[in-house]
Amino acid sequence: MTLARHTAAALGIALVLAALSVRLSPYRDYQMAEVAAYVVAVAGLTVLIGLSGQISIGNGAFMAIGAYASALLLLHLGWPLELVFAASAVIAALAGAIFGVAAARLRGPYLAGATLMLAVALPSVAGQYQGIFGGDQGLAVTIITPAFLGASFPPTRWLAWLTCAAALITLVLLANLSRSRVGRSWRAIRDDEIAASLAGLNVARLQILAFVVSAACAGLGGALLAVVTGIVAPGAYTLTLSIALLTAAVLGGLGTLPGAVWGSLVLVLVPSYLTNVAAGHGLSGGASSSVPIAAYGVILIVVMLVFPTGIQGGLRRLFGPMTPDAGILRGAPRRRAAASEHQKEGSV
Amino acid sequence: MQAFLEYTLGGIAVGMIYAAIALSLVLIWRGTRVLNYSQGGMAMFTTYVAWLVIRDTGNYWAGFAVALASGLVLGAVLERAVVRPTEGKSPLNSVIVTIGLLIFLEGLAGIIYGGQYRSFPAAFSVTGLKVGSVALGVSRSDVFTAAAVLAAALALAAVFRYTSVGLRLRATAFSPGVARLLGVRIGRVLTLGWALAGLFGALAGVLVTPSTFLYPNSMDSIFVLGFTAAVIGGLDSPAGAVAGGVLLGVVLSYAGGYLGSNLVLVYGLAVLVLVLMIRPSGLFSAATARRV
Repeated sequence: MTLARHTAAALGIALVLAALSVRLSPYRDYQMAEVAAYVVAVAGLTVLIGLSGQISIGNGAFMAIGAYASALLLLHLGWPLELVFAASAVIAALAGAIFGVAAARLRGPYLAGATLMLAVALPSVAGQYQGIFGGDQGLAVTIITPAFLGASFPPTRWLAWLTCAAALITLVLLANLSRSRVGRSWRAIRDDEIAASLAGLNVARLQILAFVVSAACAGLGGALLAVVTGIVAPGAYTLTLSIALLTAAVLGGLGTLPGAVWGSLVLVLVPSYLTNVAAGHGLSGGASSSVPIAAYGVILIVVMLVFPTGIQGGLRRLFGPMTPDAGILRGAPRRRAAASEHQKEGSV
Repeated sequence: MQAFLEYTLGGIAVGMIYAAIALSLVLIWRGTRVLNYSQGGMAMFTTYVAWLVIRDTGNYWAGFAVALASGLVLGAVLERAVVRPTEGKSPLNSVIVTIGLLIFLEGLAGIIYGGQYRSFPAAFSVTGLKVGSVALGVSRSDVFTAAAVLAAALALAAVFRYTSVGLRLRATAFSPGVARLLGVRIGRVLTLGWALAGLFGALAGVLVTPSTFLYPNSMDSIFVLGFTAAVIGGLDSPAGAVAGGVLLGVVLSYAGGYLGSNLVLVYGLAVLVLVLMIRPSGLFSAATARRV
C-alpha cells in the first residue's frame, strides 16, 4: 500500500522533473544532476542519524568508495551503467558492513570519531596506490548518451534524467524502509535502546543495518557524482565533503527525506553563490572559497541550537494543516513528541 | 637495530603530541561527556595566532605564550557560547555542534589567512641528535616537544591532586550531581575544563606545526590520531591519555618506518578499530583514572 503510494508520488515527480529538465539550460540541468547525486547520499545519512540515532562524519569516504568503484568498473570492465551503479552501492555497503561491525559496539561519540578518522584517512590511500587510483589527478569517467535519444540530445539532460531516476528510486526505497518494521525498530532503538532490546530487538544488528544502508546510499551517490562531474579525484572527497553532507542533512531536517532534498539544493546552489558574493566584496580566491566552509559551521551550530527540526520541520509547522498527505498529518504530532523526548533524554 | 632505536625515540616524541591532544579531549569528556571534535580546529586557530605574533615580533616565545593564552580564552568562550546550550540534550547535539565549530574555525582561518601552506618555526634545532656516531632519530626540537608536554601533564596532575580547584574538577568528573549539591559551581568548573583543554590543544598545535606546515586543515590528521590515543587510554583517564599517546606514537612510528609512511593514518584507523573491538573501554582501566 505505502509502496504503491510512494511509487505513484515518485512517478509524478519524475514527470515534473523531466518536463523541467527540458526547459532548463544545460548548466541548470547539470546542477539538477548534481543535486540528485547529493540527495542520494544525504538521504542515507539523514536516515542513519534521524531514524537510528547514530552519527557518521565519514560518509564522504563511502562516497569516494562508490565513486572509485564506478570509475574502475567503467574503465576496466565496461559494464552497463545501471549495473555499475548497483555494484558501486554494493561495494560501499560491504565497506560499510565491515566498518559497521567494528563500530556497532560504539556509542555516539566513538562512532563519530571512528568515521571522522575514516574520512581523514581514506584520501591517502588514493595517493599510495597511484597505479590503480590515478593519484592526485584521479580517474576520468566518461559515459555516452544513448543513441535512441538522438544525436542532438544534450548530454547534461541525460545526466539529469539518469541521476534523478536513481535518486527517486532511492527515495522510494528509503521511504518504504522507514515505514516498515525495520524503520520502526530503528526509531525504538533511537528513543530508548534498553527498552528496545528488552522488547526483543537485536540492537547491534539493526544499528549495523542502518549504517550499511547509509553507506550504500553514499556509495551510489558517489558513483552518480563521478558520472556527473566526469572525474574521480581524492581532492573532492575530503573531510569537508563529509561535513557538507552532515550540514545538508541537519539543515533539511534530520530523519526527513524531503529535508534531504532541501539540504542538497542548498549544498549545490548556495556555495557558488556565497563564493561569488565574497569575491565581489574583494576577498581573494582562496579566501572566498572558504566562505561556504565557514557557512557550513554556522549552519550546523545555529540549526542545532535554534531550530533542530530544520527546514522540513519549519515547513511542516507553516503548512502542516494544509498538507494534502494525510499520513504525514496524522504522524506529525506523534513524531514530534518522540523527537523532543529524544532531545531531552539526558547526557549520560 | 639502529633504525629500531630511531623509530622508538621518534615515535615517543610524536606520541607526546598525540598525548597532548588526547589530554585535551579527556579533560572535556570527564566533566561533560562531550567529545570536542573542534579541538583540532581550535589548535589550528591558536597556531595561526602564534604565527602572526612570531611574524610581527620575531620572537618565538612571545608567539608560544600568546598561543597558550589564546587557547585558554578560546576554550572558555566556546564552552560558554556554543557548547553550554547543548547541555541536557541528546549527545547527538553536542557532536553536531562541535563538528560545526571545527568546520567554522577551518573556514574562518581560510578567510582570514588564506589556504596556502605556511611554514612555522621550531623552538630549537631540528637536526638529528647523535650520541657518538649513533644517530638517535630525534632532534632538540623533539626533546623540547616531549619535555613540554610532559611538564604540562605533570603540572595538570599536580593541580588535580593538590589544589582545591583540582578537587572540584575531580568531583565534577566523578559525579556532577553530588558535586553540585556540595556547593561546587559546576558551570565554572566546566568552563575551566574547556579552557585547560584549549591550552593543551594550543600546546600540541605549536609543537607539531613545524613538521606539518600550517594550513586550515593542518590539524585534522593530528586530531584523529589524538582521538585514537584518548580511546586507547579509555577517554576518562589523563594518565591513560598520555600512555595511549606514547603507545600510538611508537606503534605508528614502527608501522611508518617498516611499512612506508604514506598510510600512517590508515594504520592509525586500524589501531582504533582494533582497540574498540577488543577493549572498547580502553587499554588502561578506569580504576587508575579515579586516582589521578
